[in-house]
Amino acid sequence: MPSIISVTKLSKTYSSGFQALRDINLEIRRGEIFALLGPNGAGKTTLISTICGIVRPSAGTIFADGHDIVTDFRAARAKIGLVPQELTTDAFETVWATVSFSRGLFGKPANPAYIETTLKNLSLWDKKDSRIMTLSGGMKRRVLIAKALSHEPQILFLDEPSAGVDVELRQDMWRLVRTLRDSGVTIILTTHYIEEAEEMADRVGVISRGELILVEEKAELMRKLGRKQLTLQLQAPLERLPPELDAYRLDLARQGTELIYTYDTRGERTGITALLRDLSAAGIRFKDLQTSQSSLEDIFVGLLRERA
Amino acid sequence: MNVHAVRAIFGFEMARTRRTLLQSIVAPVISTSLYFVVFGAAIGSRISSIEGVPYGAFIVPGLVMLSLLTQSIANASFGIYFPRFSGTIYEILSAPISPFEIVLGYVGAAATKSIALGAIILLTASLFVPLRIEHPGWMALFLVLTAGTFSLFGFIIGLWADGFEKLQLVPLLVVTPLTFLGGSFYSVDMLPPAWRTVTLFNPVLYLVSGFRWSFFGQADVSVGASLGMTLAFLVGCLALVTWMFRTGYRLKN
Repeated sequence: MPSIISVTKLSKTYSSGFQALRDINLEIRRGEIFALLGPNGAGKTTLISTICGIVRPSAGTIFADGHDIVTDFRAARAKIGLVPQELTTDAFETVWATVSFSRGLFGKPANPAYIETTLKNLSLWDKKDSRIMTLSGGMKRRVLIAKALSHEPQILFLDEPSAGVDVELRQDMWRLVRTLRDSGVTIILTTHYIEEAEEMADRVGVISRGELILVEEKAELMRKLGRKQLTLQLQAPLERLPPELDAYRLDLARQGTELIYTYDTRGERTGITALLRDLSAAGIRFKDLQTSQSSLEDIFVGLLRERA
Repeated sequence: MNVHAVRAIFGFEMARTRRTLLQSIVAPVISTSLYFVVFGAAIGSRISSIEGVPYGAFIVPGLVMLSLLTQSIANASFGIYFPRFSGTIYEILSAPISPFEIVLGYVGAAATKSIALGAIILLTASLFVPLRIEHPGWMALFLVLTAGTFSLFGFIIGLWADGFEKLQLVPLLVVTPLTFLGGSFYSVDMLPPAWRTVTLFNPVLYLVSGFRWSFFGQADVSVGASLGMTLAFLVGCLALVTWMFRTGYRLKN
């Protein structure tokens, strides 16, 4: 799949001397949902802001849909919509006026029908004449999305879209993001909510201390770095494990009533068959079993720990 | 040229004026009327005329210039400072719009408001004193040039300021005193020789003088010097704003 955003050897050092980005290379595929994960201060917002033209790069190049964001900034920026992290809105403007303003700002002629559709899709239509200062935080977030979509961008950046919004709005937003992706819009989102990335992303990038430490298909990432656990609920509690089971590195939990076996999903053999056979041979009976897979959050935390 | 963007910024700023009509238009008109009452009627009645022009009429160009300078600066500086303060500047910076177009939108709107205000003040003045304009073309040129130049100056202040206090600093502590001391309410010839020389270093004198000449054909300094000073200030502001955008001063990290 061709890249719609191409970042090469991008670095950013602020005038204070703080290096926010270090030699970033990143290709965003057309039509995908890409989640950028990282702890606070990792460089997520700086990376997005640099691509959008808000922050000047210290070194490196960025192309958006084939257009250099510096030398061909008009064509590049016209393709991009940005929903910032902060709820920065024109408090005294009406919803309709501010969204129409954004469309004009990005070089598009007025199109009331399109603005109407956008507002309706975001459940903002009945608020179109309301001043933004009278809206709730969730509604303001929708207004920011409407502004970002007002010029029909091909690339949409969502910087922490779920920050401070309730569960209902978050679900709405996820639905909207999927609808946009289905219509051909490429979505890049940063998030603290790993479940958001797990729920929506096609690919995941992890950034830490200004370095992009990993870019991977979400499913592949979870397969590669994910671990599975088999939990066996024993018929009778055990005080200690017999030595012949040491090789399995089992954990005894819940006062000896549960045995936990952790295995690698990458391995061709999980060792479960052998374990069950050896348990039977040792006279250990179980009444139930279940398996669980590590979440993206577990993987993310593990990656950051490795880097620390 | 991103015409839609320039129009969007211009329309946004003009809409702000409509929302704050009392503050933007009515308040300056009232304060100008008060100047007429105090300087024109009360004090002016004791001054017969200056160089053949009734004192009430003599102060009109100075009053228009005073409003033009202060309002141009206030409109343009607030126009660009508020998005910086509220954070909505991100949208301007990420839009496909050049620095020239940004300046054109904000400064164009601020200058338009100031020119409209100047025209309203002239109309208000004509209710108090008989007015004649000997060189209407020059009058319009000085009006537009001064409004544009000082709107640009206000835009620079709006970029430079990092708080509301700084936003008021230059207009209150520099521009208003210079305007009052720049012959708005008197002819430089009325000053003692030493002060007359000092006043010649006040750039606002040249603006007021040229503008007054377009009304009555009389000036403290030559029209060429007035025009030259206005253009020099315009070029200086253009150079400064170009540098600000080129370096990203207070706009981009």
